[in-house]
Amino acid sequence: MSKVKKTPLTGDQAVAYAMKQIDPDVVAAYPITPQTEIVMSFSNYVANGQVSTEIIPVESEHSAMSACVGSAAAGARTMTATSANGLALMWEIVYIAASTRLPIVMPVVNRALSGPINIHCDHSDTMGARDSGWIQIYCENAQEVYENTILAVRIAEHKKILLPVMVCQDGFITSHGVEGVELFDDKKVKDFVGEYKIDDPLLDVDHPVTYGPLDLQDYYFEHKRQQSEAMKNALSVIPEVSEEFAKVFGTKYDFIEEYKLADAEIAIIAMSSAAGTVKFVVDELRKKGVKAGLLRPRIFRPFPKEKIAAALKNVKAVAVLDRSESFSAEGGPLYTDVKAGLYDSGVKPLAMNYIFGLGGRDLFPADINKVYTDLRDVLKTGKVKTALNYLGSRE
Amino acid sequence: MANIKELAKQPERLSGGHRLCAGCGASIVARQVLMGTKDPVVVGSATGCLEVATTIYPYTAWKTPFIHNAFENVAATISGVETAYKALKKKGKIKKDIKFVAFGGDGGTYDIGLQSLSGALERGHNFVYVCYDNGAYMNTGAQRSGATPKGAWTTTAPNGKVSYGKPQFRKDLTAIVAAHKIPYVAQASASHWNDLVTKSEKAFKVDGPAFLNVISMCHRGWRFPQEKTIEISKLAVETGFWPLIEIENGTWKFTYKPKERKPVIEFLKLQGRFKHLFKEENKPILEEIQKDIDENWARIERLCEASCKIA
Repeated sequence: MSKVKKTPLTGDQAVAYAMKQIDPDVVAAYPITPQTEIVMSFSNYVANGQVSTEIIPVESEHSAMSACVGSAAAGARTMTATSANGLALMWEIVYIAASTRLPIVMPVVNRALSGPINIHCDHSDTMGARDSGWIQIYCENAQEVYENTILAVRIAEHKKILLPVMVCQDGFITSHGVEGVELFDDKKVKDFVGEYKIDDPLLDVDHPVTYGPLDLQDYYFEHKRQQSEAMKNALSVIPEVSEEFAKVFGTKYDFIEEYKLADAEIAIIAMSSAAGTVKFVVDELRKKGVKAGLLRPRIFRPFPKEKIAAALKNVKAVAVLDRSESFSAEGGPLYTDVKAGLYDSGVKPLAMNYIFGLGGRDLFPADINKVYTDLRDVLKTGKVKTALNYLGSRE
Repeated sequence: MANIKELAKQPERLSGGHRLCAGCGASIVARQVLMGTKDPVVVGSATGCLEVATTIYPYTAWKTPFIHNAFENVAATISGVETAYKALKKKGKIKKDIKFVAFGGDGGTYDIGLQSLSGALERGHNFVYVCYDNGAYMNTGAQRSGATPKGAWTTTAPNGKVSYGKPQFRKDLTAIVAAHKIPYVAQASASHWNDLVTKSEKAFKVDGPAFLNVISMCHRGWRFPQEKTIEISKLAVETGFWPLIEIENGTWKFTYKPKERKPVIEFLKLQGRFKHLFKEENKPILEEIQKDIDENWARIERLCEASCKIA
């Protein structure tokens, strides 16, 4: 085992520690609750000479992502971190970072997007950015946040991908909850992430290149196609990188996690920390002989539809839990993507959607029990009464 | 002091064949600024005429590293590039001395990019910011900006039956930048090439941020014949519309003073954008514009005197 110690850390601190071990050349960041502790902890590492990183204490998230684009294009390994409105403010440049194919890694602490203003967890921030061209990883706990931050560097920088990556964790629930985190050896992390090297860096003054040119009707489309291919490549490359990660550090990360799903008749699909609550309820139901299971997508972009279809092939009724509302009147983004993903797979469980936890509304085991009870009713009647439901809201 | 024979021998970093209009001030300004250093230089540009006309994919007019990101963030972008340089140089991965310059139009600098600029200046990055100020959003067809002169016609503050054009005076960006107490701030004009290149040399030499506000003529938006670019630029200086000044470590100084300042109408009357001001009913506006220039001139004289005493 390469895990050498277990340290009590919050999710934010776990990210900061991973960043310390990655030791990026440049970090440009701006504080925003509940991400602030990442910047604070990392600034301490900088202040105490524990990293070689140059930090840019920018005046806004828009400038944070702008500086990241400049720095990554220049040829430096570059990171930032944000939440909610901060992500919204950098929106324009989030797209530019992806289309310029700059492998920036950005931990995002999920928080409800204003308005009304609210500092607590939901996924409206990163779900809004799901079409920005970034790879999105959603973590269940601090351990996973820590490991995925390290893993993300290699995914982003892989020559067949070259896309930026968001490593998402739940605001306060994960970011401020203290867990025992097993930390890896510094040298192993350093060796795993390796040296940052991109082709044609801006700072190679002997071979001048132009970044960010005007790209009109005759080329823009092909560049977008290349971006689509890169995201498709991620589907085959991520398992390779994960395999290597598992060899060094022991943990094997797949696109999805299946929990007691193999023989499940009814299942919940949920991401991030909510999965913990679902697992607890699944265990309780299993004791009573109910064949309940959980499917937790870890990677939402690229969307692992084949994995999801394969995992659901024996499930008769499924409830998708979305921690954000897309206002399509058709359900949350996870639900609509799961349904679309299943369309040509031949796998067609009865499906329902539950929007939950908006603005940090707690999710209790009783809520999850209710969902499984609903699923059992669906199973009995063979019919979905209401496809779109709101869990834990006063109706 | 720049020597024109020496300057003529310098390799061009912005090559010909770009698609800026004939008679455009921006490329003249950019070329003169880039003559201010012999070191390798990385150029950043905000979205705008200079950027779109020099980098239409798959072509580029830049023979030096160039980066464009978005409209409002060239200062933040170049601060990222400059910091990456610092980080990589510290680690021995880059050996050469490299300079950094960011170009933005007045829209990208006075208006939408002001915060990004202010942040980069405050953080003290070692770079030169050049605002090529043509007094409107010229890339999109002459919309008003915070730099548009009072009384000018623009497509979003046009003159009409009840309007004489833009009702407000310009924002004093040079003074705003000077308030950041960076080592070097200057105003320049391509008509006074020696002055501009000398200022650019100083700007590239200082350790820390430097800022050049350079008037940039746009015959499309200002409405004058394209061959009059430099003549009009010169009149901007000779009338005191665009004083040639520098603020070096807090000390204000005129780098050129016309023997006798010409009335501002000499500058205004050659441009179609001010044509309506010469109607009888707009006479008071012309007087206000002249008064503002006189007051600004007197204010700079007072600042020169006061800051000299402090220095």
